[in-house]
Amino acid sequence: MNVGTAKHRDLGLTDAEYDRICRLLEREPNDVELAMFSLMWSEHCAYKHSRKLLRRLPTEGERVVMGPGENAGAVDLGNGYAAAFKVESHNHPSAVEPFQGAATGVGGILRDVFALGARPIAVLDSLRFGELDSARSRYLLDGAVRGIGHYGNSIGVPTVGGEIYFEAPYEQNCLINAMCVGLARTEDMVRSAAVGVGNVVVLMGASTGRDGIGGASVLASAELDEGDEKRPSVQIGDPFEEAKLLECCLELLGRGLLVALQDLGAAGLTSSAGEMASGGGVGIDIDVTRVPLREADMEPFEIMVSESQERMLAVVEPGKVDAVLATCEKWQTGAAAIGEVTDSGRIRVLRGDEPVGDVPVSTLVDGCPLYDLEPEEPGGWIYGNSATLDGVAEGADVLLALLASPNVASKRWAFEQYDSVVGSRTVRRPQSADAAVLAVPEADKAIAVAIDGNGRRVACDPYRGTIEAVLECASNLACVGAEPLGLTNCLNFGNPEKPGPAWQLDRSVAGLADACEALGVPVVGGNVSLYNEGPDGPIYPTPVVGLVGELPDPGRAAGLAFAKEGDAIALAGPFAPSLAGSELAKLRGELDSGLPGVDPGAVGAAIAAVRDAVRSGVVASAHDVSDGGLACALAECAIAAGVGCRVDLDPLVEARGGSGESGLFGEGPGGFVLSGDRTALEGLASDTLEVLIIGEVGGERVEIEAAELSLSVPLAEAGRAWRSLASRAEGL
Amino acid sequence: MKFGVIQFPGSCDERDALAAGERAGEARMLWHGDRELGDVDAVVVPGGFSYGDYLRAGAIARFSPVMEAVREFAEAGGPVLGICNGFQVLCEAGLLPGALLGNEGIRFVCRQIELTVESDRSVFTADLEVGKRLSIPVKHGEGRYFAPDDVLDEIEARDQVAFRYAPGHNPNGSVRDIAGVSNEAGNVLGLMPHPEHAVDPLTGSTDGLRLFESVARAAAA
Repeated sequence: MNVGTAKHRDLGLTDAEYDRICRLLEREPNDVELAMFSLMWSEHCAYKHSRKLLRRLPTEGERVVMGPGENAGAVDLGNGYAAAFKVESHNHPSAVEPFQGAATGVGGILRDVFALGARPIAVLDSLRFGELDSARSRYLLDGAVRGIGHYGNSIGVPTVGGEIYFEAPYEQNCLINAMCVGLARTEDMVRSAAVGVGNVVVLMGASTGRDGIGGASVLASAELDEGDEKRPSVQIGDPFEEAKLLECCLELLGRGLLVALQDLGAAGLTSSAGEMASGGGVGIDIDVTRVPLREADMEPFEIMVSESQERMLAVVEPGKVDAVLATCEKWQTGAAAIGEVTDSGRIRVLRGDEPVGDVPVSTLVDGCPLYDLEPEEPGGWIYGNSATLDGVAEGADVLLALLASPNVASKRWAFEQYDSVVGSRTVRRPQSADAAVLAVPEADKAIAVAIDGNGRRVACDPYRGTIEAVLECASNLACVGAEPLGLTNCLNFGNPEKPGPAWQLDRSVAGLADACEALGVPVVGGNVSLYNEGPDGPIYPTPVVGLVGELPDPGRAAGLAFAKEGDAIALAGPFAPSLAGSELAKLRGELDSGLPGVDPGAVGAAIAAVRDAVRSGVVASAHDVSDGGLACALAECAIAAGVGCRVDLDPLVEARGGSGESGLFGEGPGGFVLSGDRTALEGLASDTLEVLIIGEVGGERVEIEAAELSLSVPLAEAGRAWRSLASRAEGL
Repeated sequence: MKFGVIQFPGSCDERDALAAGERAGEARMLWHGDRELGDVDAVVVPGGFSYGDYLRAGAIARFSPVMEAVREFAEAGGPVLGICNGFQVLCEAGLLPGALLGNEGIRFVCRQIELTVESDRSVFTADLEVGKRLSIPVKHGEGRYFAPDDVLDEIEARDQVAFRYAPGHNPNGSVRDIAGVSNEAGNVLGLMPHPEHAVDPLTGSTDGLRLFESVARAAAA
């Protein structure tokens, strides 16, 4: 036992991992090298418990321009343009300090996208908190929403969509996933691989300080306990610095002044330099005395692992360095030549002329052992139940309780805190349609984006629940007439070293792979966040999926609000509602393992048919059935329109079985509420799309008959319940 | 008619303002460090977070070299439109009366709201009908218009209140529901709502385009 072994454990490396480092280096690492290894071999950077699983995902497709492994994925939009996008988590920092955690989560995902040379045009967020009656949840919600707004609003990128769920298993460990979509000229896009021995390595943006040191290993790869002690490890965001850096990078790339570009995220310079060198099969020398610092007395290891925000690393040909530095000066953003590309295949850290670290790139970046999971299915429902709705409540009372449930209720309180219109592309704003729609006149079309992932249903059945998440997201796109081009995902799970979360992760990835295969959608990038646990156990397994799709005519993107009185209402698709895993089952405290079977092929065909129907212009409104079931979906369409509806679900119950209650409040994939001319809606029926006419738009009440049940709720009362989130979020 | 849109570090809506200007005429960017405005016929000070707005919204941007040129341009009668952060900059620069404080509700608010046209004496509202309602988005955290009562009485008496929030639409607690004011001469206008985000039926209303068209027509006359 030597000094090194004690340090490596504090830094999160196992004894076996430390031995492997010594073997690969043929000596013990010094402190600088050990700090670098501890971060690069952390779960966050090395994906050591998930990389083998992720190989199952389909990543190829005709429209894929960049796949996994780059800063972000990208798909071809035609006319020489591509959409770049990625979703990433900032869960643990946000659970410690929600405002800065969420803000820097947005900052980080923006950098991933503009590192490719794409101008960010949209942000979406997927947030999870504990129940709203908890003061801690309200604190985290408030901080996270303000943080997202602070960063996105200040940098001038619209936040166009997202989702928020409140569930007890997220009480200690909230989830903050941010997705960014960017637009690039395909030929101007740049990869992150460092090439060209003798080229100069330039660090741009903010100076380097002690913030975030150890963030990746300490915060992202260990379970949370005493959160407040970790506050110094949370990074601080400065959207103004990033706004300048963004404009500067886009100008540099547009003028062809950079060979490669990479953002600095987790593990800072170590990770960026390591990954750039690895991608290009080269080495990089870095002189830490040339790194602009916030504090003069920083140690080389601190400089190499600092997670100070708003920094980018570029590779520049020697003859272009002066032009690069001049452009940085124009944008008032810092820049310093800190090293060069070598043919050594090693990352060498120098303090002036003195070498203070020297490790092979391959060992640092790819040497980390990859672990097999040891999955074991938990026996039954492990998350507990808590009834908040009287078991005898039925009909109207249930509908009002569901509409007021924070998971179903309007999220206007949150999204009004985000600028959703900057950039002049936002055709469908938050909550006006199932997916956000952004005009892309450069490619003579529009794109639609959505982000989804109901963790509770994944907890009920990780395989089927994950398939449902992908189908839900694709359904949202279909409602605006968009066809998915590519998928990004963020896998938020508990501790993979434990058999239960390992099983959830394994089954969920299998579901993700099968759903993507069925829909023919490639996975172009993603992120994994593990160890999301608190003292009471793991979070709900939460795969968050983001889709980017295209639509030819944004003018025909359907909204979710009913269009006019007298229109017919149809339920389209193979929707077979069940109360298993539903919002109502949650409110009644009746959650249990298991979800009904799902046929992704049949649902996928219905999704395609709905998309075509919306594109044809015969559909006046479209909304997919999700949380709270058909009754909530109908109420949402009515509230948004300010006009009621009269619906009879007997045809549904007769055709698909179940009870009136499951027809009203049951959930499941493959259901769409369409409105429009009755004959036109009937004409949509085909081999791939079942269409049931269930009612018509009109009146001032939501009235629904369903076998043994019926309900009638004044529209104003339904609206009050649905809009009740604001006062509860404020703790009133 | 050529609009010049100022680009400060931290501007957000400058490209949107440029596109709106191009719908009513020509438009080009002006750099914050320049001391000359060149060939432009009207200046737009756009929305965003100039210099991060960390001190006080607009407080640093007013000292930009280009703002000296804007002041001279305005004093010579040139049309100047300040939108959101641009309104804050023009108030900080003393080109418009009053100040913008933090929203009454504390939080940033982004919402489509309705305005009423209160005056047609500014060059940007000359083509608008007094009393008409416009649908235009707001998005700001510091948009609560404030001035002492005597100043408010004075600008109302001089018909300098260009826009008020329609009843029930005041998103920030602005005093007397004031959404936009002009200077006494009527060539400088500032407002918190974003007319450049209401120029295309695809992305919302086209009511904001009227402001750009109004000044373009005045210049052509």
